[in-house]
Amino acid sequence: MKALFYPGCSMQKNARPYLDSLLAIREVIDLELQEIEDWNCCGATEYMSVHRVAAHSLVGRNLALARQQARDTDLLTAGCSACYLNLAKTDTQMREDAGLKNTVNQALAAGGLEYKPGSIKVRHLLDLVCHDIGYDAVKARVVKPLHGLKVAAYYGCQVVRPDYDGRWDSHEHPTSMDKLLAALGAEPVDWALKTQCCGGHMTVIGPDVAFGLIRRLIHGAREAGADLVVTLCPMCQLNLDAYQVEMNKHFHTDYQVPVLYFTQLMGLAFGKKAKELGIGKEFVDAAPALAKIQAEAPKVAETKRKRRPKPGDALPMPGME
Amino acid sequence: MSDQQKPERIGVYVCHCGTNIAGVVDVEAVAHFAAEDLKDRGVVLARDYTFMCSVAGQELIEQDIHEQQLTRVVVAACSPHLHEKTFRGVCERSGMNPYLSEMASIREHVAWVHTDKVAATAKAKAIVSGTVERVLKNDPLEAIRVPIDAQTLVVGGGIAGIQAALEVAEAGYEVILVEREASLGGHMAQFDKTFPTLDCAACILTPKMAAAGSHPKIHLFTWSEVEKVEGFVGNYTVTVKKKPRYVDEDVCTGCGICVEKCPILVVDDKFEAGIGYRKAIYWPFAQAVPNLPVLDTETCTYYIGGKGGCRACEKFCPTVPNSILFDQKEERVTLRVGNIVLATGWDLFDARRIPQYGYGRLANVFTSLELERMCNAAGPTGGKVVMRDGKSAPQRVAIVHCVGSRDRNYNRHCSAICCMQSLKTAHLVKERTGAEVYNFYIDIRTPGKEYDEFYQRVLDDGIHFVRGKVAEITDIPFDPAEASRNGAGTLYVQVEDTLAGMQRRIPVDMVVLSAGLEPRRDSAEVGKTFGIACSSNGWFIEKHAKMDPIATMTEGVFIAGCAAGPKDIPASVSQGSAAAARVLNYIRQGELALEPVRASVLAEQCSGCRLCNGLCPFNAISFDAARKVTEINAALCQGCGTCVAACPAGAIQGTGFSNEQLFAQIEGLLRDFSRAPEVV
Repeated sequence: MKALFYPGCSMQKNARPYLDSLLAIREVIDLELQEIEDWNCCGATEYMSVHRVAAHSLVGRNLALARQQARDTDLLTAGCSACYLNLAKTDTQMREDAGLKNTVNQALAAGGLEYKPGSIKVRHLLDLVCHDIGYDAVKARVVKPLHGLKVAAYYGCQVVRPDYDGRWDSHEHPTSMDKLLAALGAEPVDWALKTQCCGGHMTVIGPDVAFGLIRRLIHGAREAGADLVVTLCPMCQLNLDAYQVEMNKHFHTDYQVPVLYFTQLMGLAFGKKAKELGIGKEFVDAAPALAKIQAEAPKVAETKRKRRPKPGDALPMPGME
Repeated sequence: MSDQQKPERIGVYVCHCGTNIAGVVDVEAVAHFAAEDLKDRGVVLARDYTFMCSVAGQELIEQDIHEQQLTRVVVAACSPHLHEKTFRGVCERSGMNPYLSEMASIREHVAWVHTDKVAATAKAKAIVSGTVERVLKNDPLEAIRVPIDAQTLVVGGGIAGIQAALEVAEAGYEVILVEREASLGGHMAQFDKTFPTLDCAACILTPKMAAAGSHPKIHLFTWSEVEKVEGFVGNYTVTVKKKPRYVDEDVCTGCGICVEKCPILVVDDKFEAGIGYRKAIYWPFAQAVPNLPVLDTETCTYYIGGKGGCRACEKFCPTVPNSILFDQKEERVTLRVGNIVLATGWDLFDARRIPQYGYGRLANVFTSLELERMCNAAGPTGGKVVMRDGKSAPQRVAIVHCVGSRDRNYNRHCSAICCMQSLKTAHLVKERTGAEVYNFYIDIRTPGKEYDEFYQRVLDDGIHFVRGKVAEITDIPFDPAEASRNGAGTLYVQVEDTLAGMQRRIPVDMVVLSAGLEPRRDSAEVGKTFGIACSSNGWFIEKHAKMDPIATMTEGVFIAGCAAGPKDIPASVSQGSAAAARVLNYIRQGELALEPVRASVLAEQCSGCRLCNGLCPFNAISFDAARKVTEINAALCQGCGTCVAACPAGAIQGTGFSNEQLFAQIEGLLRDFSRAPEVV
């Protein structure tokens, strides 16, 4: 399938392994990406609250360029959560607010551009992989299943919320990435922190707050038995990985939970070399965790169809079927 | 016109409806217009009057019919929904065929939707003109009379259904009471105490269950479902499917040895709400009516083993012949009934749909129904409020209101009973454990009799109330300090306290989710079986939400209790009684006059395309395969007109809504009165 691609600034720098691994797997999953030429900053998380019109115009320019350059697709994908959300937000708000649409288009006209909201479909990369390419297609291309690897799928805050176009199964406990990782042969752990805050830019503004949030996530993933955390967002990866070291210093702890992108794990399962996928560039070394990948699938106890009562005092738990 | 010799004499009456109409429409001008400009159409007199529906207003028409020899009547007033019956009655009393009268809706269609007096008056005139043209084309009609079978079907053996069945039976008429589960009782049988008086649910319910079970006029079909309904008001034929119990109803004495000897223990998801157990052969509960066990083939060793093994129940059964019938088959019984009461109840909102509340994931998160069973002395914990380990009493309990209700993500409706149920639970938990109890609510709604007094009492109990919608319930402490402060296993309730304007994070041992009431999952199919409609959210629709909440758009099918929306016990009981009263009214009349506004097929024009066959919401249309034409059952037809509009050949006529009538009405509406009146 074909899609326009908005890389964003993170993928050029700190999230380079995200981009490298995406480029490494795109042919395997028949994903043809067309980068928007001359794209500009998405405004990150702050600009929208500083100057609404300017922020939307900034994003509107990217959408207008995408529309102008689109050849045989109207899909636009971004891997970064903030980039995705800003693109989706501007498109939606221009669709719903005729005044904003006109103002933004007046600004764009200065550069000879115009954007008709709704003419580009903005989708996060994970959404595209899970729901358009599909779990079955991914599974069919797995040559080296990630058997024995326990993973905590971490979605962060910006992809599943507010979910303008109803793309996700749940906004609090989504399961799309869990299913994708299971298709790769890994074992997703059940944990309740999937969409909790990673601290965002608080690492810079108020590190104490951010460290508390980071510790909760890293501790939670470890408690859930995960070998590593899998993310879809450069901000989340940066905070949980790079700042894990800082957080350890701050609290005098010694957490060592590696944080990788889902595209990196897809690459491994597709038989790509670790280096090609940017694995090794992370602060918390993923090698010990990845060494757990086994040749054979571990035996899973057969799930019982009916709840078998346990003799004793305890009350039965509600089934989760 | 039926009689060319004798010209029609039409009377037009324009109602002021106080200021409802007269405030916007110049009613005198409308009456004057009718008297002068419609003279050529047969209008012999036109009057305006403050309230046409009043006794004086009605007498005015009666008097004119006699003195002025009126042959047709037009009343320009409110919607025919409201007073068509009234004015038809006036005509009938005066010796006129009631269907030679028409109403012109100048209140709903004019006065209530316009503010420009001049334009509104012009529109009212046009509507009156159209109605005069239409009434000229009306045919005198005779009401269809159908006999009423005195036997009544009640579907659902909860408190509403039991009440309806008992009232009809007490009046001396036969009742068929069909219940899907193995026993009567419904949800009320699961409860412990009832608000606001805290009297025991079983104590007030079981006498009614026993009375219904032993009443000579009530024929009980438990573990049964209505599969098919044919016919029309007074004359329904219903097919009841009796699911196999694998127990001989005629022989079993209900001694319970089979249940005692059965070695298989299963989690009881139904009656015990998942926190207790039952056997593979079981009674739903001790006071079950009828006192007959039922065998669950999905858990019974004999059936799982492909009809081999165990058979302990059969071995120990003391009756001769043996009551255990492993080969019992489902049966179908066809019955004739005149009226149907649907009291099919509700289903509990599945709290797993809100994953951030942790139900099914966090052991000590319970639903309100689980708590009901727990508080019940006959329940799995013998009435003790304990945590999931079955032993420890909670020290801190959170009760979360509006779970799955008043929430655009799940249900927008208010489940009506949860506030009071939560208050009751709070009171019982406090009383039994002495725990600190926190209620998290959006609004407290206690509008029933003595309800708010109960709320005040619970406030005096020292129970905490936090106004705010709970964001999350988690077992993950924020940091090690919080963990060590509260101990392992603590649940944290994260909420914005909207009164204090601050975030709160309250540590508790146990959470109770006051899950809302939802329509039965199969309400759409059930509605289709009985020919009644569900609203978009799945509750059955009343004929009129305020003025006729028991009846449905299908004559002879009534609804009671939560089938039409969430209700507490007093309201459900009242509705059961009300439904019975409506049924008895029909039975005592012996036969019923039905509106003759019906569709009929002109067989010679019907091509047999069957396009209309699937469209009828009342199952009134059938196809005569031999003659290859569609037929309409006049008693079943409710005159909705769907088939009339759908017929590509124009072969279906709606009585009272013929093409001739409608075209005449349009002509009248569009007639140009600015020019001199045409000579017709």
